[in-house]
Amino acid sequence: MRRVVFLIPLVFLAGFFFFPLASIMDLSLRPQGQFDLSSFGAVIGERYYRDVLWFTIWQAIVSTLLTLGLALPGAYIVTRYRFWGKSILMSLATLPFVLPTVVVAAAFASLIFSRGILNDLLMAVLPLDSPPLRFERTLTAIFVAHVFYNYAVALRMISGYWANQSPRMEEAARVLGCHGWRLWWEIRLPILRPAILASAVLVFIFTFTSFGVVLILGGPKYATLEVEIYNQTLVWLDLPMAAALSLVQIGVMFFMMLIYTRLQRSTVVTLQSVEQVARRPYRWEWLLISGNLIVMIGLLFAPLGALILRSVAGESGFTLEHYINLSRNPRGSILFVPPLQAISNSVQFALIAMMTATFLGTLTAYLIHRVRWLDAIFMLPLATSAVTLGFGYTVSMDFDGVRQLLGVDGDWDLRTWVGLIPVAHTLVALPFVVRSVLPALRSIPPNIKEAAAVLGASPWWVWWRIELPLISRGIFVGATFAFTISMGEFGASVFIARRTPTMPLVIEQLLGQPGAANYSQAFAMSAILMMVCAVAFILIERVRTAGVGEF
Amino acid sequence: MRKILFMLLLLVVMMPTLAQEDDDEQTLTVVTYDSFSMSEEVEALFEEETGIELEILRLSDAGAMLNQAILTKDNPLGDVLYGVDNTFLSRALNEDLFIPYESPLLENVPEEFQLDAGEFRVTPVTYGDVCLNYDVVHFVANDLPLPQSLMDLTDPMYAGELVVQNPATSSPGLAFLLATIAVFGDEADDNEYDYLDFWRDLVANDVLVVNGWTEAYYGEFSGASDGDRALVVSYASSPPAEVYFGELAPEDAPTGAIVADDMCFRQIEFAGILRNTEHEAAAQQFIDFLLDIDFQEDLPLQMFVFPVNENAELPQVFLDVVQIPENPASLDYAEIDANREDWIQAWTEVVLR
Repeated sequence: MRRVVFLIPLVFLAGFFFFPLASIMDLSLRPQGQFDLSSFGAVIGERYYRDVLWFTIWQAIVSTLLTLGLALPGAYIVTRYRFWGKSILMSLATLPFVLPTVVVAAAFASLIFSRGILNDLLMAVLPLDSPPLRFERTLTAIFVAHVFYNYAVALRMISGYWANQSPRMEEAARVLGCHGWRLWWEIRLPILRPAILASAVLVFIFTFTSFGVVLILGGPKYATLEVEIYNQTLVWLDLPMAAALSLVQIGVMFFMMLIYTRLQRSTVVTLQSVEQVARRPYRWEWLLISGNLIVMIGLLFAPLGALILRSVAGESGFTLEHYINLSRNPRGSILFVPPLQAISNSVQFALIAMMTATFLGTLTAYLIHRVRWLDAIFMLPLATSAVTLGFGYTVSMDFDGVRQLLGVDGDWDLRTWVGLIPVAHTLVALPFVVRSVLPALRSIPPNIKEAAAVLGASPWWVWWRIELPLISRGIFVGATFAFTISMGEFGASVFIARRTPTMPLVIEQLLGQPGAANYSQAFAMSAILMMVCAVAFILIERVRTAGVGEF
Repeated sequence: MRKILFMLLLLVVMMPTLAQEDDDEQTLTVVTYDSFSMSEEVEALFEEETGIELEILRLSDAGAMLNQAILTKDNPLGDVLYGVDNTFLSRALNEDLFIPYESPLLENVPEEFQLDAGEFRVTPVTYGDVCLNYDVVHFVANDLPLPQSLMDLTDPMYAGELVVQNPATSSPGLAFLLATIAVFGDEADDNEYDYLDFWRDLVANDVLVVNGWTEAYYGEFSGASDGDRALVVSYASSPPAEVYFGELAPEDAPTGAIVADDMCFRQIEFAGILRNTEHEAAAQQFIDFLLDIDFQEDLPLQMFVFPVNENAELPQVFLDVVQIPENPASLDYAEIDANREDWIQAWTEVVLR
């Protein structure tokens, strides 16, 4: 019975990931019944593609290091100290995740690009005639955007893990005279290694498969593998080339995952899982906290604020006109989506994706806890190009090939099924739940469970009363991410045939039309998207804190 | 426990969203791109007159839609494909996606739009011109004359004024590249001035290339954003859109389109009946409907494109503001398909690297 339960995530992955992936690969690489692998030769042989691959890898490494470098001190202060607004801060830090790149680019433009506030300030202070900083379409813009999007991943995963680690070892080290850098290097980082590695892997994958940021903030001079796959599939319809690039992308990820599991294996620290008690900071510690808050505010909240300001900016002062116009349909257009409808679609998809991803992800974490090598397999959907997955669904989900193979009739066609969208979201969200739960699961010392069993607790009771409370924080972090990913997901769902527009799709539609009113409405819709998510985060946080008492 | 019950309840409440709708005999599925639109009234008109219910299935942009249609041609996602344009027409025709149908209403459609006349695999429905838009205020304030030919754009007078889109990632970007090829040619002969030489001159004149229309128009174009480029590649219909959405008087139009001869590229959009459809008769009725006056007159304000039916009248805001180029640049669609990849790659080498 218990084994059957663990099969569920495997079946899900096989049906909604490997089957469509294999179908599109088969169609691309075996067009006339013969394998044609010449496109791989082109990927490796042509200088251009080698350059793209190299750029994709190194920009991802730099982005990951920058993100972790900034998020680690942030995680430190939120774990150690209690200060006003902390939990709201944590929730809001996750907001960038849901925002479409075009909107974020506009926010950056009003802050740090040539015509932004920062340059205006510098020009006024230094006195200069022309803007000193020109970040638009540069690597810097790509890196800033990557940190903006991924900061919360590292912050939440590391602090979520840290909060469950006993402070005793650190206290002992301090007593023995270990301070400053040594304390970080010899005690804290080794303790945090599982969470740091786990978030590093996620941030790496996200930036490795970066699409919108590179396309819009980087401009035409930069291309990642993902951008190339998109071009090969949608512009050239060169499926063999797209398939080769896609497999190279997956291959690199797989290799990274192997290294990661290697590093994980040598982790020996299992600590008593005691909730850390955050305390009020002393005087000098406020400096540390303020420093971090400035980073967070400058990096995360300034762009978000700029976006909200833009959504209420009218010709003369502030206005709610753009919000009101969102719900008007003066042209009686069938394209019009009432904002409530879009919100309701998005929220429903996100709730479904959150529940399935949390359920499947927790099971998967248990599965991987026992069978380590499966880890890399479950990370693959995140490393797979959205175009590849979307086209995979289109060519496979009518199950025609399967029926022919089995020689059965019927018309089971899931290609236009609405549920395919939350399914795709679940696939992408699954690794987040796994990454959030797994470190917590691994740090549960076996003797606790054994002790409980010796004292006569049934396995179910042990899970309910001991394990679940210990991993619940990880589960909630994962669930929050699953919800967020689904709310903001645009890549994969755009290639799934659909009748149900979500909020990111409405924003995209508005941005595609001339007319200043449409552009402003896109910002209003983005602000609503942010607000809906913020409310959801606060509710999830409520459920969590209420739940901990109950478990 | 209560929490689990609550979750289960939530799931039950949401079930209807996931439930598959019944496949009705009288439902016609139209596969199209994200921004396809018409009035609710016009849609209701079709459904009342024919008793056929329309289902609109949206798939990203025109390129993605076409490629997915090609990959699913044995078991198509719908009955009618709407939105292939002349820059990708050959690909659609070569893949043999469509069942021929000659609508009687084609007699109202000028020949210049009927690119598949004789075979009638696709039916022209709309056209639109990709033209340069300019920032009226900037041109007036600086007393700048409008460029009268593509060549004028290389004049130092317009240095740093133009923003265009990457033809590899943007449909208007591709159309503008095609206009330059139509005008300057792509002769391999080194001595002759060809489109690549023109683009080299544009680069020397500080042209800015971005990946998408949105970034160009809303990010860099001074007529629609706080950008500092006064010329952008957009559509002839963008100025009326500005006036319409801004609820402005026509004389206050913030932007204008430059429609001089050979400066625009015409995009013609087609619809076709997908092979293997089970609703061929209904699909034919829909094609007729697309050419009919109600839909054709609805087009301009819904999608900011122009009707191919010569009897269709334009709405007032279009009559007030729009300029339609008399002699847009044009290229044979088969030639486009044969060379598209080479042209874009050569362009990329010259302009981006």
